[in-house]
Amino acid sequence: MNTRGLRSQLKDSVPVTGLGTQIGAYGVQDTLRSGFSSVKNELLPSHALELSEKNFQLNQDKMNFSTLRNIQGLHAPLKLQMEYRAARQIQRLPFLQSSHLALDTLKGNDESISFEDILNDPAQSEMMGEPHIMVEYKLGLM
Amino acid sequence: MYDFYCTNSIKTWIIMTISHSYVSDKFFLLLISYFCTFRNAVLEFECNKLGHSIPAARKTGTTICGVVFKDGIVLGADTRATEGMIVADKNCSKIHYISPNIYCCGAGTAADTEMTTQIISSNLELHSLSTGRLPRVATANRMLKQMLFRYQGHIGAALVLGGVDCNGPHLYSIYPHGSTDKLPYVTMGSGSLAAMAVFEDRYEQNMEEEDAKRLVRDAIAAGIFNDLGSGSNIDLCVITKGKVDYLRPHDMANKKGVRTGDYKYKRGTTGVLAKAVTKLDLEVVEETVQTMDTS
Repeated sequence: MNTRGLRSQLKDSVPVTGLGTQIGAYGVQDTLRSGFSSVKNELLPSHALELSEKNFQLNQDKMNFSTLRNIQGLHAPLKLQMEYRAARQIQRLPFLQSSHLALDTLKGNDESISFEDILNDPAQSEMMGEPHIMVEYKLGLM
Repeated sequence: MYDFYCTNSIKTWIIMTISHSYVSDKFFLLLISYFCTFRNAVLEFECNKLGHSIPAARKTGTTICGVVFKDGIVLGADTRATEGMIVADKNCSKIHYISPNIYCCGAGTAADTEMTTQIISSNLELHSLSTGRLPRVATANRMLKQMLFRYQGHIGAALVLGGVDCNGPHLYSIYPHGSTDKLPYVTMGSGSLAAMAVFEDRYEQNMEEEDAKRLVRDAIAAGIFNDLGSGSNIDLCVITKGKVDYLRPHDMANKKGVRTGDYKYKRGTTGVLAKAVTKLDLEVVEETVQTMDTS
């Protein structure tokens, strides 16, 4: 096995909420809610497209910003990113679904439909975070 | 979301739930959303570890083809969808609508072609509303190839895209990995070689509409009779400037036979010797009405 090759495939430690095995009742891993657990799957990608899809939007943005910088100068991506940051702050409380309307309009996602709009609809999600805990965490009271 | 509980009989549960989630024809086999994808990959691995394989995806086998003639495009397709060695759908529709002037035939995994064409159709509609113009075939082609390349061939959709726009008739073939060809006549699918043989023999430039329809019909018929993955009827779609003729079915190449005999006996075959009728006296004892709980 080419360990160097494997290492290049290791997922970056991007902090994602809810990662790691969930401890359910009786102190055992909750298979019903969090699926099978496998150390391998948390380190190496389990699908060939996992890493590429996870970073797709980031890479597209990077490419677009660098093109914009080359054409219009440094101010263009800076102003655009500032607008994105402002628009990203328009959202509801953490446990509710925000529409991200302003952000979508800025990014041009209001004129396209993709798999993120059809599959894994958050409105159909079976789990919801604990409202009090999530708000306390967001406000930094925890 | 397809959560399920791992009981002691892990084998039966896994098979039951996986087959429930994979057999439905509109279920999107390609694993897109993060949580579903990687859990599905894990499920497949666990399943194979136990020695069972996941049910085969429904492919369309297929012969699809398209040809450019004098005034426009003729697209043709057969109508059989296979699931491994079994015919899953004897009359499925493989020519999908993209926009009023653009249609697309799809070969490969049935769900992939269906969902891909629907997504591109929606995007093209939004785009044309934004520009205020009739969409162009090159736009649809570009959208499709960018999406298919993004998923690196995991979306098994081989498409023949044809339409007439302001620049004239255009015909493209799009492969699952994202490469496209712009040609005057194209064939795709498992019966593509049979259909291409017919095209190579009889194609000419600037054919008339009737000749083009006959050529496409013969090409699809060659695919139907010489390829196991294609069969049943021949669908045609003739697109010209301002008019679309969706001929379904254009020709029924494989008609299911009519039963010539019948195993049912006619009344009176056996002679009746005697007849005795006994009435059963039933009386209404109680009558209750139970309302549905519609709250």
